[in-house]
Amino acid sequence: MSEIPTELRYTSSHEWVEDQGDGTVTLGVTDHAQDALGDLVFVELPEVGQELAAGDACAVVESVKAASDVYAPVKGSVVEVNEELEEHPEYVNEDPYGKGWLVRLELAEGVGLDDLLDAAAYQAVVEAEEE
Amino acid sequence: MPFIPHTQQDIDQMLSVIGVDSIDALFDEIPGELQTGIDGVPEGLGEMAVTRLMEERAARDPRDLCFIGAGAYDHHIPAAVWQITTRGEYYSAYTPYQAEASQGNLQLIYEYQTMMAGLTGMEVSNASMYDGASALGEAALMAVRANRRSRSRRILMPTTVNPLYRRTAEVIVGNQGITFEPLDYDPATGTIDSGSLPTDPGDVAALVIPQPNFFGALEDVDALTDWAHDQGALVIAVVNPTAMAVLSAPGSWGAEGADIVCGEGQPLGIPLSSGGPYYGFMCCRKSHLRQLPGRLVARAVDADGRDGYTLTLQAREQHIRRSKATSNICTNQGLMVTASTIYMALLGADGLAAVAGRSHANTRALVEKLTALPGVERAFGGAYFHEAVLRLPRPAGEVLEALAERGILGGCRLAGDYPELGEALLVSATERRTGADLDRYAAALAEVLA
Repeated sequence: MSEIPTELRYTSSHEWVEDQGDGTVTLGVTDHAQDALGDLVFVELPEVGQELAAGDACAVVESVKAASDVYAPVKGSVVEVNEELEEHPEYVNEDPYGKGWLVRLELAEGVGLDDLLDAAAYQAVVEAEEE
Repeated sequence: MPFIPHTQQDIDQMLSVIGVDSIDALFDEIPGELQTGIDGVPEGLGEMAVTRLMEERAARDPRDLCFIGAGAYDHHIPAAVWQITTRGEYYSAYTPYQAEASQGNLQLIYEYQTMMAGLTGMEVSNASMYDGASALGEAALMAVRANRRSRSRRILMPTTVNPLYRRTAEVIVGNQGITFEPLDYDPATGTIDSGSLPTDPGDVAALVIPQPNFFGALEDVDALTDWAHDQGALVIAVVNPTAMAVLSAPGSWGAEGADIVCGEGQPLGIPLSSGGPYYGFMCCRKSHLRQLPGRLVARAVDADGRDGYTLTLQAREQHIRRSKATSNICTNQGLMVTASTIYMALLGADGLAAVAGRSHANTRALVEKLTALPGVERAFGGAYFHEAVLRLPRPAGEVLEALAERGILGGCRLAGDYPELGEALLVSATERRTGADLDRYAAALAEVLA
């Protein structure tokens, strides 16, 4: 059973989003996603300053035999990326909601997180997939 | 590896397991109108008819003295190269399925990659491409992906790059919105004048630098590389692999070196054979590794700590990344690569440098003999490798025909792609040409021009 913290928001494509309360959000891939991918060997991150629309591919997580795009859950611009993942992609497996965060976005004007899934709704997505 | 045919019984059994009526039904998802074959491809022929056809065509290959280069070079190939290459253990164009079961093949590809990386001064080589021209197309796609400082899809393409490469690469990249913007050469030197490069070229993904260029001339690679990097552009080197034995390797061009290196592998042990099959090569710096197309073989250790070879970084490839793969290419001309690896192993670095040195010396001697004739002169000053452009006092087409009647393939006529050069001929003399051969060419040309 994968971990789904209640204080985060989610997407049906398995990204999590944490509101930092200062107009920025942190995002990463969920515990369920990292488990499905297997041991990561590489994480490709966007450039700081890059403008993203909701749904734009913004990162790639790669295991030995799979690679997946990570999509921007909301519109915004990249203000920080987790450079430690360059040397330690395994952080995404070990601590997907902590040391394994991927990107910090500054939200575009007027953008909120209300359209994203809460933990219960995401739980339902995961359960539906597992059936 | 044995060839295991399927009997009808095997086929029926497999179809019944997956619940399909016929092999054709496996292709049902391809729209019917695309399943009708390709226009212009004739019906199959029996072995006897094919043998006859091939013999007739082979007989048309001239046995003349060859002074044509222009991208494919008539080098000596030691007999051992193809003797070893055609052994059953090696005789395949592909990485076998379940590649790791064929350790010998993988080790050979690994050795090939090591040799090419050494020759070009780069950190990484892939397992090969189709040919030099398509390798340039792939290099352009790769540069646009790899240049993360730039969002540009513009690539600066000197007109001194082989015209066939430029046309092929354009077909490959054209539908992806990537454009090649020409950079003209200096008519005095036949090279890009690094002093007259645009001061503000705008946002550019990459600059292509040929070395030697199509005219055989040596570009000012250090200045061009530094200029490109100053503009935030990557450098794609298109090089002749034989020349790399004596010229400075792209990895050490300018302050930072080239980013991607590609070219035609034919000079390394592949016969001219009427234009193919050849193969392309591609190398890059490690930081661009994940954007590299094609297969990669790595050395690793097995569970018992013994050396072994394995395909690696496959998440770049289409069987995993699907439509987002770096390329649709897998292994391709693997047999040619096998021959080249054996060629390089037999010659060694000194042997390859000797081939390069002798080809250069022969071409210089040829140019001296031919330009001693009245009205024949070099089109450009400056240094050249094993190829040079000569201006003739008579139409080049007529001269080539008259030389062919005398058993000499006199060079490549440039008027089609470079009308500004007038009656110009690109000539080359590899290490296979003897002093007597050069004299024979000079005497024949004197006769033709008289």
